[in-house]
Amino acid sequence: MRRILAVALKELRQAARDPLSLAMLLGVPAMMLLLYGYALNFDVKHIALAVQDEDRTAASRTLADGFFTSGYFDRVRDVPAGTDLARLTELREASAVLVIPRGYGRELAGGRASEVQLVLDGTDALTATTLLGYAQAIVAELDGRRLRRTLVRLGGREAAAIESRPRVWYNPELQSTQFLVPGLIGFILMLTAVISTALSVVREKERGTMEQLRVTELRTAQLIVGKVLPYLGISLLATAVILLTARVLFGVAVRGSYLALFAATLLYLVGALSFGLLVSSFSDSQAMAFQVGAVSSMLPAIFLSGFIFPIRGMPHLLQYLTYAVPTRHYLIVLRGVVLKGTDLTPYGRPMLYLALYAAVVLALASVRLARREG
Amino acid sequence: MSAIEVSALTKRFRSFVAVDDLSFQVAEGSVFGLLGSNGAGKSTAIRILCGLLSATSGSVRVLGVDVLAEPERVKRMLGYMTQRFSLYEDLSVRQNLRFFGGVYGLRGQALAEREAWALEMAGLQGRQDTLTGALSGGWKQRLALACSVLHRPRVLFLDEPTGGVDPLSRRRFWALIDAMAGEGVTVLVTTHYLDEAEHCDRIALMHAGRLVALGSVPELKQVFLGRAVLEVTCPDYVAALRECEAQSFVHEASVFGSRLHLVVDDVPGVRAQVLAVLERTKNVPAAVERIVPSLEDVFIHSVEVADAAAGRQGAA
Repeated sequence: MRRILAVALKELRQAARDPLSLAMLLGVPAMMLLLYGYALNFDVKHIALAVQDEDRTAASRTLADGFFTSGYFDRVRDVPAGTDLARLTELREASAVLVIPRGYGRELAGGRASEVQLVLDGTDALTATTLLGYAQAIVAELDGRRLRRTLVRLGGREAAAIESRPRVWYNPELQSTQFLVPGLIGFILMLTAVISTALSVVREKERGTMEQLRVTELRTAQLIVGKVLPYLGISLLATAVILLTARVLFGVAVRGSYLALFAATLLYLVGALSFGLLVSSFSDSQAMAFQVGAVSSMLPAIFLSGFIFPIRGMPHLLQYLTYAVPTRHYLIVLRGVVLKGTDLTPYGRPMLYLALYAAVVLALASVRLARREG
Repeated sequence: MSAIEVSALTKRFRSFVAVDDLSFQVAEGSVFGLLGSNGAGKSTAIRILCGLLSATSGSVRVLGVDVLAEPERVKRMLGYMTQRFSLYEDLSVRQNLRFFGGVYGLRGQALAEREAWALEMAGLQGRQDTLTGALSGGWKQRLALACSVLHRPRVLFLDEPTGGVDPLSRRRFWALIDAMAGEGVTVLVTTHYLDEAEHCDRIALMHAGRLVALGSVPELKQVFLGRAVLEVTCPDYVAALRECEAQSFVHEASVFGSRLHLVVDDVPGVRAQVLAVLERTKNVPAAVERIVPSLEDVFIHSVEVADAAAGRQGAA
């Protein structure tokens, strides 16, 4: 115990001696959240829409207004008939063009099918898909209203319509930040925890102090615990800073219990810090440790965790692989606790996976670090 | 009683043999020097002796403990210091001492006592709060020594402890080592400074992983019994080397700077014979002096004998 304390105290002193690194450990996560939080926004709003109204009737104006009152589209230009629409999107003056053909109003009034055209810039497929959804909803809504009015006129009686009234729970406005911030927390914690421990061990290897420690009675377990404890404290502090930033900047508040959050984060961090130790056992230089640590922690945390890309959309093999990514399990718990406000009761399985990951990786790291050379 | 017993120690890294059939014993309380050029296998040997490295075959006993079988048991009894000054440069002198003290399991009064002792020994009183990285080489070296003996080890391993340190600091360092040996600590030191061998009670010369000579300095110089070592100064020492090697009375010839050292039969008139060879080849003015053989002569002699033996073995 005394030896663990000596190592932990030494780590803290070294960290304190280097205020820049300490500030980075605490500040960089919050800064990354700030950066990614604003940059990673999948909400599509204020789409530049040009209108080519060749009909110029009350009906065509109603249709166009339907788009702009929705709040998703901005009217950037009105273009006359015969305009080169390709030029418009090439010059990025508009992301979409609504084309209402001559005779649109007349055909509608005559009870015949009528067509309008929406030209989309499909280079950004993600935005285009979202935009298409908006447009179809707007047209369907307008059409429904028109049909009902027609029926009333014809039959003199209010026609009932099926109205779908979706209610989105936990994130009623479907803001992507609400969904992304927990993911970011998982990703950022993974990255900083892995790199900080990996570097702290490899630094000792580089400077030869590790060899000095190995001739003392200090056991590998004592060294590991002594090294992990201070970084666990620092990482938990960083978590608090991130949560505060998320609340202030993005209005993402923790709805569930802090105790549940703490328990999940603790398990997750022990796994991440152990992974850092494991990385250190494979690297001989700080540069290598940094690269290996960054790549091996970042890529799975982004791509295989469900942070951005839904796991259900992955090939089966990859879906199985995601079980080995602790961020996946942590995000399930984190999103539940932060957004839904639940406790840990429904999350026995992800918590078990987190514990399993921590145990396996810690064991591997211990074996690797305890190994004698040659 | 022997504090360290090494027998038939061999260490292979794949096909490379770093330590080849090494055997020696070190008496308790004595200073033992492991000498040899870079790459001779000294550091590999000392790291095996500390339990840092496993051995391919052979046995090592330190204070009766089988190091290869129980490396952990021997750790509390030994101190280890390398040329690389394995201190935390970003911690102060006192923080380094406290950390290593803590790692060795010292605390309270015992730690305070050893801390004060270490500061005095390293001559660092009043500089406890200096950042270790800001100390000069000699101070760092003494602090590293102090840190490695905080737990009063009975055996001390020093791997090239004086590398890159000024001569005055080296002297001071050796005074500390001598004092510790006087208190009964067994010291095993590797170095490639042959002059440091004078501080050792016994030395082992290593070459290409093999032990080529073992004994006290006077004992080792006995290899020149019945022989004389001559130092030759002449204009063209390369030509002289070629000429002298061809003479039957010259057993060995080697270059020392721009001079030659010849090992010849210790018979009257041998100097004149060498001079005559030089005059005949117009390699004058030349001087031939009989010198007291240095450890370096012994080393070169031993290496040549060993290489010759290895060559014969290879041929057979």
